[in-house]
Amino acid sequence: MALTWSFSGGTHPRSRKSTAESPTVRLDGFRRVVLPLSQHTGAPCRCLVTPGDLVKVGQRIGEPVGFLSAPVHATVSGRVVAIRRVLGYTGILGDAVEIESDGNYEIHPSVVPPTVTDRASFVAAIAASGLVGLGGASFPTHVKFSPPADRQPDTLLINAAECEPFLTSDYRRMVEDPAAVLAGVLHVMHYMSIPRAAIGIENDKPAAIAALHAVIDGKAAADPNGPAAAIEVVPLHTRYPQGAEKMLIYAMTGREVPSGGLPHDVKVMVLNVSTVAFIADHLQTGVPLVRRRLTLAGSAVASPANLDVPIGVPVADLVEAAGGFARTPAKVLMGGPMMGVALDSLDTPVIKANNAIIAFDEKEARIPDESVCIRCARCVEGCPMHLLPTSIDAAAREGDTEGLVEFHTMDCIECGTCTYVCPARRHLVQSIRNGKALLRKAEAKKKEARA
Amino acid sequence: MSGEARLLVSSSPHIRDRASTRSIMLDVIIALIPSLVASTILFGLRALTLTLVTVAVAVIAEAVSRKVMKREDTIADLSAVVTGMLLAFNLPPTLPYWMAAVGAVVAVVVVKQLFGGLGGNFVNPALVGRVVLVISFPVAMTRWTVLTGSDVVATATPLAQLKAALASGSAVPGTGSLPGYLDLLLGTHAGSLGEVSVLALLVGAAYLLARRVIAPWAPLAFIGTVGLFAWVAGQPPLYHMLSGGLILGAFFMATDYTTTPLTWKGKLLFGFGCGLLTGLIRMFGGMDEGVSYAILLFNILTPHIDKWTRPVPLGGGARHARNA
Repeated sequence: MALTWSFSGGTHPRSRKSTAESPTVRLDGFRRVVLPLSQHTGAPCRCLVTPGDLVKVGQRIGEPVGFLSAPVHATVSGRVVAIRRVLGYTGILGDAVEIESDGNYEIHPSVVPPTVTDRASFVAAIAASGLVGLGGASFPTHVKFSPPADRQPDTLLINAAECEPFLTSDYRRMVEDPAAVLAGVLHVMHYMSIPRAAIGIENDKPAAIAALHAVIDGKAAADPNGPAAAIEVVPLHTRYPQGAEKMLIYAMTGREVPSGGLPHDVKVMVLNVSTVAFIADHLQTGVPLVRRRLTLAGSAVASPANLDVPIGVPVADLVEAAGGFARTPAKVLMGGPMMGVALDSLDTPVIKANNAIIAFDEKEARIPDESVCIRCARCVEGCPMHLLPTSIDAAAREGDTEGLVEFHTMDCIECGTCTYVCPARRHLVQSIRNGKALLRKAEAKKKEARA
Repeated sequence: MSGEARLLVSSSPHIRDRASTRSIMLDVIIALIPSLVASTILFGLRALTLTLVTVAVAVIAEAVSRKVMKREDTIADLSAVVTGMLLAFNLPPTLPYWMAAVGAVVAVVVVKQLFGGLGGNFVNPALVGRVVLVISFPVAMTRWTVLTGSDVVATATPLAQLKAALASGSAVPGTGSLPGYLDLLLGTHAGSLGEVSVLALLVGAAYLLARRVIAPWAPLAFIGTVGLFAWVAGQPPLYHMLSGGLILGAFFMATDYTTTPLTWKGKLLFGFGCGLLTGLIRMFGGMDEGVSYAILLFNILTPHIDKWTRPVPLGGGARHARNA
């Protein structure tokens, strides 16, 4: 089924995955966690606790509001000390529950393995677990499991590309726990009635490919007609952004997600590898999404590592527990260096979708000065969406909304390739984001005029 | 501890590739050096000094005009050095220095800086500099020579000799006064300063291709079309492909970023058009050579070529475009 195994465009940033061979370290003993009630696309949760309440691990503290929402659970046992407004990593203020840990990690009695017998109970269990895409997109997973009736996927794709520099948490998950990945894939295939699956891994990760092959081939040999025989491990070209959903689907199936569409429009379901592994763990233990693995790295970090931490730990506490800063951090990223978000404060807590904390020292954080576009076309060759970044940039800076529409600005996936390769150091993605905001504003104005 | 740290917040991505405008221009300069060395051997030290004059005048003209226009200084991007070198490569080696200096001022001030500087000009500065000189100083700009011992001897260019030979009925390269293929490769014949040694130019072109500074589409289409045109017109294709300013123009000027199309399709179309026009001028026009004019005309057409060859986005283009 793999037609191309790659896509056209992209670039090769230096991989810098120095933590690839560092086993995941579980960190506990944090004094407090801060749990934002909005860690997903969709409306924020309704708060279920008040200051003074005693909570236990896995206890629901945020009730989802609407379908696109996912519940939030206590990730430590202890006392709720405050409900306060915090600036989320997206720059939007929202409520968060601060819990002082008693250090015991006592499990709440509601945590029992879910009874799953069919698709409906499976989707309900996933919805109740608070799971969102762990690759960084924060899209509630139960929504992916509820495609329109005429868009039933025929292929499950597991995104294990991990194409961003520095990131190794997915890689460690595959190497350390391939059985959970396999079990998760089988659960999804079974309950979602998807006949086949393929796991896409960049070919610079042979150990992960071998580990998954070993468990899948073993299971398939035991039952040649079973579902494990319908799972393929697909080595992908190592090229950024191989793990972008549309690029992955194109590389592995040859299908193009229509503009503005979703993977189910081409009968594909895409799940991150850590997301499926969580599904296997959850069905077995019933523990909701209260911890996650992430990579801590960057020039300002003393001991780069792969960590397994409770969600809600403030970045400052996390780094301190993991060996502290080697140099004064000048820029701290949540996520990888290509698409990650720069934090304004070390008080920001780790959230569900947070696959890395990267801290740069002053030298690495320096923002280069822009110069004029020389039309070298590197951004055009690099754009995996086949857009003209330099033309969008020009239209955005001139406030030319007609031009922004003409150059398909809304199709930009903000992967950062254009900005990365630009020899004039132009802030293309930033400018394209401004262009998108201009278009949204224009659209809203039009709507207002019609109303 | 969190209180003390002042964190920088900016839009992603947070890392950049090493290549810069300056490093790209430096690569082009490096790629032009084999030809400069060859020309200094072929035409004598004057080839080198003439190049130094155009480079110096181009850089000074850039610095002064930016200062007068109250814009930031840009000579460090090295683009003026490239313009100066390319202009010299398009001049007869015997051209008086002051004429060459006029060409450099026209190229940098009129064509480049008056249109906003690097990235803003719509035609190739060095080529316009050359054309202005051809019109202003027709005699000096068509005085073709070779160096024989220490004597500068006037002689016709291979393309002019080919035209004459074809008119007289026998055009066999390497016989009579018509230079042979080896002469074309080495550059042992008359012509513009930097266009004569095909071998040296190809070494530089290979460097630029290997460094991915230029794409092969426009040069291949350009040179291929000239060869095809000659073949159809009943003239020796390879002779046309290796003579005149074609190799210099195709690899070093039809690949200029600012004045040629963005996409590979556009670059192919650009090269094809340049080849067609060069063939028409060489084989049916009144001039021996047409590479400069072909490139300049297609420079002007570049915005249109870009429009015709706009790529289709993955997934077919934004939905909102339909509603807009």
